[in-house]
Amino acid sequence: MEMLLDAVSWLLILIGSAFLVVGGIGIVRLPDVFARMHGAGIIDTVGTCAMLLGLMVQAGFTIVTIKLVLIVVFILFTSPTATHALARAALGGGARPQVADSPADADAGEGDSPSKT
Amino acid sequence: MEFPGLINYWIVVVLMMTGFYIVIAHNNLVKKIVGLNIFQVSMFTFYITMAKVKGGTAPILAEGIAQYSNPLPHVLILTAIVVGVATTALGLALVVRIRDAYGTVEDDEIEAQENDR
Amino acid sequence: MSLMVFMAVIGFAVARLRNLFGVVMLTGIFSLTSAVLYVVLDAVDVAFTEAAVGAGIATVLMLGTLALTTSEEKTVSDNKPLLALLLVTITGAVLIYGTLDMPYYGDPTAPIHHHVAPRYLMDSAYETGLPNVVTSVLASYRGYDTLGEVFVIFTAAAGVLLIIGRPQRGRRRARRDAQWDIEHGIRKNVILRVVSKLLLPMILLFALYVQWHGDFGPGGGFQAGVIFASGFILYALIFDVDLARAVVAPRVSRFFLALGVLLYGGVGVVGALLGGNYLDYSVLARVPTDGQHLGILLVELGVGLTVAAAMITIFFTFASQER
Repeated sequence: MEMLLDAVSWLLILIGSAFLVVGGIGIVRLPDVFARMHGAGIIDTVGTCAMLLGLMVQAGFTIVTIKLVLIVVFILFTSPTATHALARAALGGGARPQVADSPADADAGEGDSPSKT
Repeated sequence: MEFPGLINYWIVVVLMMTGFYIVIAHNNLVKKIVGLNIFQVSMFTFYITMAKVKGGTAPILAEGIAQYSNPLPHVLILTAIVVGVATTALGLALVVRIRDAYGTVEDDEIEAQENDR
Repeated sequence: MSLMVFMAVIGFAVARLRNLFGVVMLTGIFSLTSAVLYVVLDAVDVAFTEAAVGAGIATVLMLGTLALTTSEEKTVSDNKPLLALLLVTITGAVLIYGTLDMPYYGDPTAPIHHHVAPRYLMDSAYETGLPNVVTSVLASYRGYDTLGEVFVIFTAAAGVLLIIGRPQRGRRRARRDAQWDIEHGIRKNVILRVVSKLLLPMILLFALYVQWHGDFGPGGGFQAGVIFASGFILYALIFDVDLARAVVAPRVSRFFLALGVLLYGGVGVVGALLGGNYLDYSVLARVPTDGQHLGILLVELGVGLTVAAAMITIFFTFASQER
């Protein structure tokens, strides 16, 4: 039983880390501000929740698990809101999503975001 | 040799020198305050690195733990962090006031205005 | 440690970057990374405070300063780099030479672990009865230093009020006409408003939890005060600053600013009046340990009040400046 719990928690933490790495690469390599926010969103939701679930399995039924559940709930509330605020601010700053294959937006799609890196 | 034991202190010195360089070599006042912040954080890291004991845990008394890390530098740094943010707030208020008085936050422009007076 | 190398990289990036907005964001990341580093180095209280204060309040204040002083993109002109580099290299070399005599990282036989620290670790259990040694050292063994620190926070808030606390012209009353509603009203920011209203009670409740739980785990007055203030700052950022000012009037925040310091000093005076030294908590109750508990409770409350009021005052002073 112990080994099963350990294996499950290891698996969850590894999945979470893999998504974190993928999201990190996405933030760096994706071409557009809004696409990069996708990467950040992946990190915040799947990555964090999987890792915290793995930690919950490690902790068992103690008070630590309840605190971790609260943290997961908090992150699930705030991270999409933060992405929304970011997207709204980017739109307000003049960034437009890069639309790849519509000739009518050729000049608008050319205006890539003034990337703030 | 002393390599693995002292490398932490050397990285702290590097950080400290980075902060120091930003303070003396950049002209923008806000950037100087940021450099001061980096300097402060490197000092905190220095003290906390000194406090760590190999094999110890956080200094919260619990059953079955034999070795704790040293709590005294933690107390010092707790005070120092809050004092640091108070100083930063005061410094930023001064920057705002300087902007109102001189119209700029660049050091050389302020000096030029003072010399012209 | 790779975390420290990461921090050094961020430090270099801050030095090289010219866009001030990016510099402020990188400073926030720098503080957060250092907080993670402190957790790895077993300094959980310090990490808590650094994350709350450095990555929260300092970033907000710097962003406020940027909004008030320069436009978002401002180039930095540095024109004496060579001399500065030389000076920095010489100082760095001297410092590294100075560290060659220091004890190795994590060495349990280092001198600093042998004088006062073992006494605190071993005696804190039956002298104060608190599991968190950092809180007992901060509030009881070294309570005088913490009194000084509370005074420093008070002075900083008073200083900010003196420097840029002019009466707000033109922002005294919030205008709530139709144009204001189109620009700022409920239809514009629905998601942010709803989520922040959901989160605000949780933030304040968490601040209270951190305040009282500081005896048993990481926490205490400073972190609680900062988290409490950040709830109000969140409200002010998403809704209008004038609305937030109506919730916490300037008079109220200044009152609590002074009340916290008075509480802390008052506990010390009461200890002196009851026969002990100044800030001696053992005489506050019949059993010395209970006296210590009571004293630490009141003192941490004073610290929390002052820190919260100071952060609120400083932020609102920054935010109600004319543009």
